[in-house]
Amino acid sequence: MLGEGILKGLAETAKNFAGSFVSKERMTTVEYPEERLPLPEASRNFPFLVYDGTDWEAGLRCVACQICEKECPPKCIYIDKSKDKKPDHVGKMQIYPTKFDIDISICMSCQICVEVCPFEAIKMDSEYELATDDRFGGLLLDRHQLAKPNEYYHKIHPTEAAEVDARLAEEKVKADAKAKAAAAAPKPAAVPAAKPAIVASSVASPKEGEAG
Amino acid sequence: MVTTVDQIFVILQHWFVGYLPAILQPFAGVLLNVVAIVVTFPALFAIAVLLERKGLGRMQNRIGPNRVGPYGILQPVADGLKSLTKEDIVPFRADGVVHFMAPVVLVVVVFMGFAVLPMGRNMTLVHMDSALLFYFSMGACTELAIFMAGWASRNKYSLLGAMRAVAQMISYEVPLLMSSVAVVMITGSLSLDKIVEAQNHYTWGLPHWYIFTPWGLLGFLMFAVAATAETNRSPFDLPEGESELVAGYFTEYSGFKFAEFFLGEYVGMLSISGLGATLFLGGWSAPLEILGFMPSWFWFFAKIMLSICVFIWLRGTLPRLRQDQLMNFAWKFVLPMTLLNLFVAGLWRFLGDGWVRWVVCSAILVLAYVFVGRAEMHRKHYGPRSYRYAE
Amino acid sequence: MTIVFWVLAVTTISGGLAAVLLKNTVHCALAVTGAFAGLALLFLQLDAQFAGFAQILVYIGAVAILVVFAILLTRGSETPESGVFSRTWFAGLCIAAGVFAVMAWAILNSVSALPHETVAPDVSVLQIGNALMGRYVLPLEIVALLLTAAMIGAVIVAMHEKGDVK
Ligand code: SF4
Ligand code: SF4
Repeated sequence: MLGEGILKGLAETAKNFAGSFVSKERMTTVEYPEERLPLPEASRNFPFLVYDGTDWEAGLRCVACQICEKECPPKCIYIDKSKDKKPDHVGKMQIYPTKFDIDISICMSCQICVEVCPFEAIKMDSEYELATDDRFGGLLLDRHQLAKPNEYYHKIHPTEAAEVDARLAEEKVKADAKAKAAAAAPKPAAVPAAKPAIVASSVASPKEGEAG
Repeated sequence: MVTTVDQIFVILQHWFVGYLPAILQPFAGVLLNVVAIVVTFPALFAIAVLLERKGLGRMQNRIGPNRVGPYGILQPVADGLKSLTKEDIVPFRADGVVHFMAPVVLVVVVFMGFAVLPMGRNMTLVHMDSALLFYFSMGACTELAIFMAGWASRNKYSLLGAMRAVAQMISYEVPLLMSSVAVVMITGSLSLDKIVEAQNHYTWGLPHWYIFTPWGLLGFLMFAVAATAETNRSPFDLPEGESELVAGYFTEYSGFKFAEFFLGEYVGMLSISGLGATLFLGGWSAPLEILGFMPSWFWFFAKIMLSICVFIWLRGTLPRLRQDQLMNFAWKFVLPMTLLNLFVAGLWRFLGDGWVRWVVCSAILVLAYVFVGRAEMHRKHYGPRSYRYAE
Repeated sequence: MTIVFWVLAVTTISGGLAAVLLKNTVHCALAVTGAFAGLALLFLQLDAQFAGFAQILVYIGAVAILVVFAILLTRGSETPESGVFSRTWFAGLCIAAGVFAVMAWAILNSVSALPHETVAPDVSVLQIGNALMGRYVLPLEIVALLLTAAMIGAVIVAMHEKGDVK
């Protein structure tokens, strides 16, 4: 009969209305600032710079090779290369970026910088609460703001970080073996100098120990 | 005591006016009533908006606004402040004067309707012989305001929205009037005070409301349909269908003028609910004789708010009609039914007291409803729809 | 009393004049609506409630809307470039003046015939109803029949024709 469907519909909405007060499962709303859904592991938005050790400046893995700067499609990375060399976290002398800025208002989260970096120095962050009331400088992050420890990387992307650490350790083993072979004849006691003084990344350190 | 509470507003008004010099008294009395109306109904409007947002949310298993104040009850205040402080933008090509006048005319006309609604015992602003006629003539003016808004904006969405609104309001004004005429026929008066008085009797503690008669029930249903369409409420909200027309006739309005349209729409809803309650639900009379100790104005406002809840419920349930369905429904179903209802109301009057008229009138109406409904559904004007997807 | 009358009279007449003189047709339609409203208020001022409200209901609610619709549907809403006076304005003026003269003559004559009453005759809606149902029932029925025929005609016009595929 005419109007039957309307009555059925009304019953349905009435059920929803009453049910929403009784059963919590019905409600799909997540009340954001108080509650938040866990981010999926693969989530990403803007890049950050990984550092090893505790001192962010010395520990930056970035060696200012500027590949990412060249590859970034919207050109939002700006790097100044240092003239001198400074010891990195394991004491090896390295060139470092004196300036490393990313304008995240331009960055399009394409991850190309991450893909091209040969030193695993730049990775994608999943931080999303970046709103600022500073129109001009607020979204231009400098290297201090970008630097985050390897532990943080492990926290946000555990699987990926473990893979990266394994790869780095492998490379280190190879490099060490090469160095040993090269240095074996003139000076056999070169290796102990590379012994890590500071605790490096959790996964890498035992392997480094083995290598040493 | 009971009468004091019942007449509290009347007493207050007399008390206040009593302090003024005699020459000002009649004027001040009217002014006071007007101020009361102009304050009360926007307040109810705020409550209605909040109810709507919360209620719709619950119907869709959402929470609804809950940020401003405890449980979000201060949301209307925030909304109001927001619209008041927003920039008022008038389109460059718009017709300035008409664009400005449209919301003003709408709000004024909508508020005029309250002048004749009896909101409680002795609580009618203007006692008029032809109160119902007054009400409908004010209702007819809202169409013009809407047309002015749509035309003056120089925007095709606005104009389309206005054309739809006017066409729809004209179509549904006819059944609205027709269903009210049945009440006038039975009461024998156009005065809303008399209509309420006529319903304010009780048999076995039950009220003599018109909705409890066969013609009254059908009349009320048709009135409700037409009233929903008159106020452009969902499912008849084509004029402001946001998926097609942005916001319809008030697309080009912002800030306070937008708020005025919003106010006009909701106050219009409150006012037509008041009229429906007066015509069919006994106005300010209590639903049971033993409940007569509660103040009469309480019942009036309770009935209004209840029908607002029904409006919200309908909005949460029904999808929007298509233009042709809308027109078909008005002219081929609602109008014939109200015409038949007029005839039945006449029968009711002349069959005299007794059970005969109940049987005869109910039978005619039920049969007509079933058959007209069948026929219309058969012709697929409305009812279950089937879709053919593109291959 | 007289102040109100003058205000209403000025509103009505200026509305009428604006309807004739304005360039934009929709403005004209709105102005004529203003004139209708003024007229309705004049009726109300004379205590003729029924006539006043019927004037609003029919003229503002229906006729004005019809006019406006007609304007929009006939693409007449664009403002004309040049003058708005038709070439036959002089003939129109003569006819209007003639009609006005006849009406003024009739009214002036009838005033002298009427007794000078200060009390307005009390015409309630009830009396109008009784008159319509008693003395004038035949005209009323004829009008009703006419309107019903018109409505049936409208329904038929709106109906789908045979073989009309939707
Ligand atoms: S994610 Fe893409 S856009 Fe952003 S800095 Fe890296 S390369 Fe540039
Ligand atoms: S982040 Fe990587 S690619 Fe970019 S400059 Fe530093 S080392 Fe080179």
